[in-house]
Amino acid sequence: MNGLSAKPGARAGMLLVGLALAVLPLLVGATIGNSWVRILDFALLYVMLALGLNIVVGFAGLLDLGYIAFYAVGAYLYAIISSPHLATAFPAVFAAAPGWPVWLILPLGALLAGSFGVLLGAPTLKLRGDYLAIVTLGFGEIIRIFLNNLNAPLNITNGPQGINNIAPAQVAGLSLGRPVELFGLQLPSVTLHYYFFLALTLLVIFVCVRLQDSRLGRAWVAIREDEVAARACGINTRNVKLLAFGLGATFGGVAGGLFAGFQGFVSPESFGLLESVMVLCMVVLGGMGHIPGVILGAVLLSLLPEVLRWGAAPLQQLLFGKVLIDPESLRLLLFGVALVLVMRFRPAGLWPSALRRRELDAHEAAPGDAA
Amino acid sequence: MLQVRGLEVHYGGICAVRGVDLDVAAGEKVALIGANGAGKTSALKAIARMLPARGTVRLDGADIADAPPHSLVGQGLALVPEGRGVFARLSVRENLEMGAYVRTDRAAIADDIERVFSLLPRLRERAGQTAGTLSGGEQQMLAIGRALMSRPRLLLLDEPSMGLSPIMVATVFEVIRTVAQEGVTLLLVEQNARLALSLCDRGYVMESGEITLNAPSAELLDNPAVRSAYLGE
Repeated sequence: MNGLSAKPGARAGMLLVGLALAVLPLLVGATIGNSWVRILDFALLYVMLALGLNIVVGFAGLLDLGYIAFYAVGAYLYAIISSPHLATAFPAVFAAAPGWPVWLILPLGALLAGSFGVLLGAPTLKLRGDYLAIVTLGFGEIIRIFLNNLNAPLNITNGPQGINNIAPAQVAGLSLGRPVELFGLQLPSVTLHYYFFLALTLLVIFVCVRLQDSRLGRAWVAIREDEVAARACGINTRNVKLLAFGLGATFGGVAGGLFAGFQGFVSPESFGLLESVMVLCMVVLGGMGHIPGVILGAVLLSLLPEVLRWGAAPLQQLLFGKVLIDPESLRLLLFGVALVLVMRFRPAGLWPSALRRRELDAHEAAPGDAA
Repeated sequence: MLQVRGLEVHYGGICAVRGVDLDVAAGEKVALIGANGAGKTSALKAIARMLPARGTVRLDGADIADAPPHSLVGQGLALVPEGRGVFARLSVRENLEMGAYVRTDRAAIADDIERVFSLLPRLRERAGQTAGTLSGGEQQMLAIGRALMSRPRLLLLDEPSMGLSPIMVATVFEVIRTVAQEGVTLLLVEQNARLALSLCDRGYVMESGEITLNAPSAELLDNPAVRSAYLGE
């Protein structure tokens, strides 16, 4: 990827972007309020989710409609370990919340979600396209229904009520749940979470870029293009597919853990089909398989509904003198229209991969090679 | 080099390949001809382990019937699949690099790409183009070039003439002939019997899943039954 090259211009640009990302929550918090910093936090979580799903859908070409299940697995693992739930449900075994440090829970959540990814991948190895989509959709629903019903006979997930009182993440002995005073600057909890999420998002982006350029990345492209030919090239299609499911799920698990610690509460209804579809839309709308495009898609689709929610009522007041349509329903309508328009006019996504253009340029530049 | 005994392929209740015995010696060019639906492609796919099958397949004496398909490339067997199967959205060069997926010797891979380009100059012209934009003949050349990138000793070709114009077929077969001259052993599945037999040393005729004839090409070309059934005389 160009973003990681050491060209001086690119480096200066990255420094500027980094600076802007660092100042952003302070600026947003001071001007339009901390509720918008919270929205930025969620945007970062969605970037991680979209990048994870992009490995499965964009790189390996396996349509997954149940991706949010991995987010749920990560979130519930964090919730169960970091809340008094276990102590309440099994007082004989647990005296208090295990309360493991975040650097232990997040990798554990990633590992668990990754295993679930392989678990989903294994029986679906021979499926493609619509059939795979249906099985993954079913898988997502199964996980959600399990979360809804695993409160009896053993109360593991606390059922539909969800799990409450989840402790916020502790990073280097610092609780992200309490505001911090730094150089006379008051940093609220949402801003602290922002920096934590940003750091992890950057790590996820780095891992994605490295994966894309790796041998495994090329194998994913090959099975996406033609599975028989991929096998004929000596690619172990089974393992490569399982790795796509597993690694993609891993990112979902991390994002889920972060979500649980940030929100302080998880319940099965946060992990419905609509959420899976939303993340898929981010990947497709941004530009499947293209990391910057997927990031753009995730940021846009997580901010757009909030902007619509915020702007719809005042705008109607201004235009018609009264609120004609409830902003909440208008939000989904406009969202749908935006999706249709993008797919009509930019079918490859808002920011598709420049691969093709580069290839054509290379072809134009080398006509002297003609034999 | 290749020794096949009692090969059987079933699709549900239908038996597509029954008791096929087949031998290919090192350096030999062998054709497997037959009508549409005779089971040629199924047999070839079963040899390359792309289909579940019964029977024994030995490559240089080693039984490969239980080997996973992707491992065969490392043992010197390469398949040019039916319908070419190029990676449409990758460039020609990237397709060739993918053919060397199992290899790690980067410098030698670059040399081999050059070798493929000099064997198939048309691919050099198109090196940066995506494979999906190539003509059918060029895609067939790319599929062969990609298979060569794994430095195979035995090349399995499935209907390389399919869907190509006569002039393109001649070009593609010229390429295959050159590949064979460089010491690669060939097993060629082909509907165009005259073409296949004029290229190969020996031919197997397949009918309804069974081998009915096995003889040197010249003999088959003279055989009245073959002439009337497959050569249109």
